[in-house]
Amino acid sequence: MTDDHLDGNALAGPLREIFAVDMTAAVGRCAGCGLTGPLATLHVYGPGPGFTARCPGCEEVVLRVVRGPDAAWLDLRGAVSLRIPLTDAEPS
Amino acid sequence: MRRLPWRVARLAESRWENDSARTLVLEVPGWPGHLAGQHVDVRLTAEDGYSTQRSYSIAAPADGERVELTVERVPDGEVSPYLADVLEIGDEVEIRGPVGGWFVWRPDGAAPVLLVAGGSGIVPLMAMVRQRRRAGSRTPFRLLYSTRDPGRRYYAEELRRPDPGLDVTYVYTRAVPEGWSRPPGRLMLDDLAAGGWPAEFAPDSYVCGPTGFVERAADLLLSLGHDPGRVRTERFGPTGG
Repeated sequence: MTDDHLDGNALAGPLREIFAVDMTAAVGRCAGCGLTGPLATLHVYGPGPGFTARCPGCEEVVLRVVRGPDAAWLDLRGAVSLRIPLTDAEPS
Repeated sequence: MRRLPWRVARLAESRWENDSARTLVLEVPGWPGHLAGQHVDVRLTAEDGYSTQRSYSIAAPADGERVELTVERVPDGEVSPYLADVLEIGDEVEIRGPVGGWFVWRPDGAAPVLLVAGGSGIVPLMAMVRQRRRAGSRTPFRLLYSTRDPGRRYYAEELRRPDPGLDVTYVYTRAVPEGWSRPPGRLMLDDLAAGGWPAEFAPDSYVCGPTGFVERAADLLLSLGHDPGRVRTERFGPTGG
């Protein structure tokens, strides 16, 4: 993979449109290599035609999100699990 | 249920940080507040209905309905030249946010903080510096700020003023001021060793800038023994807009 990627912080807006809480702090486990870490640390390629987020350890695709005119596609193929913090009452 | 809404934001004030970066102070009715380090999406819509959006870091801590952004003009960009050169006081754009809950600093944090900025990556880190000052926090901060030359700095006047507990070190990559002892060049291990915290102090580090800069700075911090779990990074794209 080249150096021209963003990171999972760039998914904050697109995912906050779908989920009720911030997802960049959610800790996921990669289905490819088992690495765990916050979604903010994923290597993200995009934004067009959608965002593809890859594991910083093995570069396998963890998730993809594509926004259409009246729907969003969320592909979580490479995430075994997500631990989503729910204690935060602050704005996010 | 309502999704995160787009809100109307009106330009209340603006100022230039250098010849290509403009700070926009937006008034946003209904703004819920935000944390230092969070960002917003800005959407522009043309008269023919075409719309496009970009993400910008917030430059200052929450202040009622005011949201402060600093926008670097990207030549040939679709959004930033408009925000930098065309938007006038009283004009409106749409913003959505705040978003992001990982690359944030809260004033109740006790660990010393190292901020490492590359170019416009200073923006969310400046929100942390200002949040610390506003909260009267005693958390010690060190800021290592890398720019091409002194003229490219943002917030130079404000960072020159004494702010007890904040140390600022500049790294220039292309041109240095008269009498500057460090030759121009990219960020080195010695810069982080001298301008940062020893790993055994267990600081929280925030690194923000272009992707290559962030990768390098984070690798150097890890090689100095910093805990990867305490090094938070945010990368800007190679092209923005």
